[in-house]
Amino acid sequence: MAEQAGTRAPRIILRPAEGVVSGEVERELSFFERAWDNGAVRKVVIILALAALWEAYGRYTANPLLFPTLSDTLEALMENIRSGVLPARAWASLKVLLTGYAAGIVMAGLLTIAAINTRLGSDFLETMTAMLSPLPAIALLPLALLWFGLGNGSLVFILVHSVLWPVALNTHSGFRAVSNTLRMVGRNYGLRGFAFIRKILIPAAFPSILAGLKIGWAFAWRTLVAAELVFGVSSGQGGLGWFIFENRNLLEIPSVFAGLLTVILIGLVVENLIFRTIERKTVLRWGLQQ
Amino acid sequence: MAEAPLLDVNGVTLRYKTPGSVVTATERVSFSVNRSDRFVLLGPSGCGKSTLLKAVGGYLKPSEGAITILGRKVTEPGPDRMMVFQEFDQLLPWKTVLENVMFPLMDARKLSRKEAEDKARHYIEKVHLTRALHSYPHTLSGGMKQRVAIARGMAMEPDILLMDEPFAALDALTRRTCQDELLQLWEETRFTVMFVTHSIGEAIKIGNRILLLSPHPGRVKAEVVDVDAASPTDGSAGRLEKEIHDMLFADEAGEAH
Repeated sequence: MAEQAGTRAPRIILRPAEGVVSGEVERELSFFERAWDNGAVRKVVIILALAALWEAYGRYTANPLLFPTLSDTLEALMENIRSGVLPARAWASLKVLLTGYAAGIVMAGLLTIAAINTRLGSDFLETMTAMLSPLPAIALLPLALLWFGLGNGSLVFILVHSVLWPVALNTHSGFRAVSNTLRMVGRNYGLRGFAFIRKILIPAAFPSILAGLKIGWAFAWRTLVAAELVFGVSSGQGGLGWFIFENRNLLEIPSVFAGLLTVILIGLVVENLIFRTIERKTVLRWGLQQ
Repeated sequence: MAEAPLLDVNGVTLRYKTPGSVVTATERVSFSVNRSDRFVLLGPSGCGKSTLLKAVGGYLKPSEGAITILGRKVTEPGPDRMMVFQEFDQLLPWKTVLENVMFPLMDARKLSRKEAEDKARHYIEKVHLTRALHSYPHTLSGGMKQRVAIARGMAMEPDILLMDEPFAALDALTRRTCQDELLQLWEETRFTVMFVTHSIGEAIKIGNRILLLSPHPGRVKAEVVDVDAASPTDGSAGRLEKEIHDMLFADEAGEAH
């Protein structure tokens, strides 16, 4: 045994590769494979299928008063755009929406900064969010009308309410989820106070902040259209909700659908162009989100 | 030895609160680090070596004793003591490798963009990551991330570089490469580094001085000097490793009986 151990020594034996080396490490995908890998293409296919379904069902029921076909709706849409009514209404809605959205975000920012700097601020934010977040903005409308009158002031008030809580909640939980290591790195650079928030916390929590902004946008949009349906008009310039309500009263059902379609289209554009672009340039590129 | 020590830790007791209790991490620990030292804190888990390093970093206030660096009392974190952490998420994920190294140079050192970029490129080249200059951290391997963190720390040319088990989460092969690279960098620039590890082998390889700590609470047990004299080829490093091992675990063996 001892003798055998003496003669054995570790060796390295080279092994040639088996068979022909294929050389194929990468293969280019075919056009269809690549197209199908593109999320936008898949979504367009879904939308086209839904459009076809709509048209078919509209023709099948043949009742333009209850369910106009897609072509009727598009025709009404074009007509309303050409006459300038729909763009004016959409712009009226968007103006109020952007005002409320911006005000809500600023307030959410202030509240969150107070919340991460003081324990009391954090308690305040948590309590307020728990109480007010489940309260539908539209339920505040009667009160808002009493306080701010029949105008854009009331709309902005309820928009702030619908934006503030989701944005503040998401931003706050995003800040709290920033890893201890990153915080220590920031302090190592000598950053503190507002510089620390701006240069470390906000970018590190950006996925949550962006999610909050998206939810806030959707909430605000819904709230606005609903609120306009309820009272809509201020100094003769109503928004999209009022446009829908008005046309229903006139039994212009294709125009009602055209109004709804506009709401959907604006939602799609904001989601797919604006928010997707921000996402692609930030959290996706940074690997913070897949 | 006439030169005053760069870092002086004098009778430092560190305590931190956990829900419901106060833990004493280290008790009256004293040591000093000279310029160009590769000073290693070594000990089993619970000896407070990482806590001690964080206190030197300024993240923790001693409840007793004082830490001074070049005569200045350490009270808060600052860019004169750059940290390299064990965790892979220590790079800012929204910045590329180059931007990560440049950021503290511009923000804390107030260098112009041009100066910061030149310096950053120089140190990134030193850790052999020039090809990853414009990559985002999430595309890098663990070893590459740690090397960027080292480049970032060294580019700041701090008074002392504090390294908290930077290679502990790496695989064995990468760890060896990183250790060799660190020593190579030290040969070139002779920076002062304080290095925390729980691996005796790593301590002997990296350090020229090793402070041995015993756990619960952390106290200084011994100091090993002239560690560079130990050589892995003639077996002296192996003997030293065994000696340190026996010393660190003598108590535990005693308690077990």
